[in-house]
Amino acid sequence: MTTILKISAESLEALFAALGDSGRRILGPTETDGRVDLGEVQTPAQVADAHLQLTLSAKEAVFPRVERLLSYKTMPGKVELNDAEPDIQPTVLFGLRPCEASGFGSLDSVFNWDSRDKFFNARVEQMTVVGLSCTQADDACFCTSVGGGPGSTKGSDLLLTPLADGHYLVEILTAKGEEIQALAPHLFQPAVNEDKEALLAKLEPHFDREALTAKLPGLFTSELWAEQSLRCVGCGACAFVCPTCACFDIQEEADTKEGQRLRCWDSCGLRQFTLHASGHNPRSAQAERWRQRIYHKFSYFPQRFGEAMCVGCGKCTRACPVDMNLKEHLTQACGT
Amino acid sequence: MEVLRNKAQDLLAQGQAQIVIGYEAGTGGIRRPSFARTAADTARLVWDADCISNLAGYLTRPEIKRMGKTAIVANASTLRALLQLTAERQLAEDAVLALAVAEDGTVTELATAQAVTDHVAALPDALSAADREQMNLLASMSREERWVYWEKELQRCIKCYACRSSCPMCYCGTCTMDCNKPQWVPVPSHALGNLEYHTVRAMHLAGRCVECGECGRACPVGIPIHLLTCFAEESVHQQFGQKAGASAKLDYALGTFRPDDKESFIR
Amino acid sequence: MATKVATQFEPKITAFVCNWCTYAGADLTGTSRTKYQSNVRVIRLPCTGRVDFMLIQKAFARGSDGIIVSGCHPNDCHYTSGNYHARRRWMVFTELMNFIGADMRRITFSWVSAAEGAKWAALVDEVTNTVRELGPYTEYQRLIDAGVA
Ligand code: SF4
Ligand code: SF4
Ligand code: SF4
Ligand code: SF4
Ligand code: FES
Repeated sequence: MTTILKISAESLEALFAALGDSGRRILGPTETDGRVDLGEVQTPAQVADAHLQLTLSAKEAVFPRVERLLSYKTMPGKVELNDAEPDIQPTVLFGLRPCEASGFGSLDSVFNWDSRDKFFNARVEQMTVVGLSCTQADDACFCTSVGGGPGSTKGSDLLLTPLADGHYLVEILTAKGEEIQALAPHLFQPAVNEDKEALLAKLEPHFDREALTAKLPGLFTSELWAEQSLRCVGCGACAFVCPTCACFDIQEEADTKEGQRLRCWDSCGLRQFTLHASGHNPRSAQAERWRQRIYHKFSYFPQRFGEAMCVGCGKCTRACPVDMNLKEHLTQACGT
Repeated sequence: MEVLRNKAQDLLAQGQAQIVIGYEAGTGGIRRPSFARTAADTARLVWDADCISNLAGYLTRPEIKRMGKTAIVANASTLRALLQLTAERQLAEDAVLALAVAEDGTVTELATAQAVTDHVAALPDALSAADREQMNLLASMSREERWVYWEKELQRCIKCYACRSSCPMCYCGTCTMDCNKPQWVPVPSHALGNLEYHTVRAMHLAGRCVECGECGRACPVGIPIHLLTCFAEESVHQQFGQKAGASAKLDYALGTFRPDDKESFIR
Repeated sequence: MATKVATQFEPKITAFVCNWCTYAGADLTGTSRTKYQSNVRVIRLPCTGRVDFMLIQKAFARGSDGIIVSGCHPNDCHYTSGNYHARRRWMVFTELMNFIGADMRRITFSWVSAAEGAKWAALVDEVTNTVRELGPYTEYQRLIDAGVA
């Protein structure tokens, strides 16, 4: 059951202090030289507020860009193998947009699909998500077309919505959210008759995701993908910034005496991604790679897990060097 | 703009080009690459001061080459890259029709490498004033400060390769980064991997970079990565007196030498 | 009571040398029993033309505190022009690395012929002393493992 409360700006500051005292690290959007990154903060004042979105997504917190899985040493006659035991601190992710918060669900589907990923789960267990509803949206956003919304509670343990009087509406959504509240219950006040919907950004849905998913199998051989991808330069930017993209590469860095195995982000947009040792590449053209990106997110994934592997955050669109606007391309596909 | 659209239409109609590469309005009005193959497509073409990206990277793409004769709406960066690509024999001389648009909207057809060369010679320096200032600022720092500067910048790199993919001169089918038998440059975007990647890239662009700044603009996390390649290019220019993007005939500076090359550090 | 000797920092120095001149020169240093410091690990390559700038970075990444690159004098390259090509690359590489902020006092380029055994010994001594003075190359070494979660 969701509990709905209110917190003042001053009390939020006190809550940050309480979180710190409880041994939790707080990560939030921080701005340096106009660039917004996820960084460690101690007070709400350090949290960037003018931005719409982090450039990269918060998936870094549970799926780092480079992560050691194991290391080893070879000695005459034996190998000493060490599983990596990542040092993970209890962490509060503060101020994540609802789209971004809901992205953890997609990652969870992948990392706990057939086997449970030790590293991902260890990080998720230690993580509490404090979401922050959106009061503005831009031309790249399309959360409402993929089942989300500017005030969606999905993925958050606790969701804040800024109120006109400088307070925040607080929705306590999970047991982890309750733990936060329990750290300093006196900081929260009852919320009476607050109209959350009225406070949120207005964003009309642009396309029907389920209709798109139904349509895609019939479009596989369409010229559309080659048309759309003509300007795509085939980098990894869209996948790397995406809160739901989970592809990784395993790299072994070793010499004759020791080595380590690293997991690092990878992207289906890169030519190398599907290149076989034989030299054959089943997705040899960018059109095929672009189609794969769309199909994975809006056809294959929904078939397996019942929802799109996309939260409509628009980060890919903003990060793309050539403005491959995903919302626009999906809308076009729906109308084809 | 009408002049440009009409020109593109004429070229397509008369079969002088099968594709016209230019700019169109994108998300929130920003400019993005556009490809016109029909009269209807040309209506999307726009031209204004925001058309700053370098489009020349598309000229070497097989998908584009297959379409036939290409015309390209070309700003200074695109023209320079066009010349450099020709010098590096990635494009046959005079294979591409460049359309230079003046401020008043008039379109000049530059059909030969010579015409492009002459046109480019009259244009101002490639590097923007802001970039020049940043370069000077870096030069004025102590080397320890520069190290910290680049250490911090490069630690943000996620190795998405948007810089490489956007650079018209990074056309190699298999980049050194992708050579993995053995893996020469580390794949992960850790500190060493990033430093090695960007040093290799800058070294491989020394004498070839046309200083368009596209790689820096492409970077999703805002690293001014073009400063490295531009620096390497300028180092070549100063020491060996040749500039990439100035002519369609240019030997690769690091593929040649002069017995009297002058240095001061070899003992 | 045993006196405590302050352990002096001993730098690790990697030398990339060409087979035909500097390697032979270093050999001559040995056969003529010239004494010089033992901090240098010599890596023999066919020619300075083979000294990819990446080798220098790899050496630092594996913990070298200083680097020597050496080959035949101009005009003496066994392959005629390997060293001329190499020289051009170094001319750009040194400027680029300086722009990145690398400590260029740690990289020494030299021409040492097969007859210059004494020059090799003096070069190694000088570079060893300089790098010992500079201390470990911590700026570079702190990159090792940085950025891995
Ligand atoms: S595909 Fe794009 S819009 Fe969808 S979740 Fe990923 S970054 Fe966001
Ligand atoms: S869509 Fe954009 S970000 Fe993604 S691979 Fe293509 S050019 Fe890169
Ligand atoms: S390296 Fe960067 S600045 Fe140089 S040509 Fe390539 S994209 Fe342009
Ligand atoms: S575009 Fe930026 S983040 Fe991507 S690889 Fe280049 S420097 Fe790194
Ligand atoms: S063989 Fe000695 S430098 Fe070329």
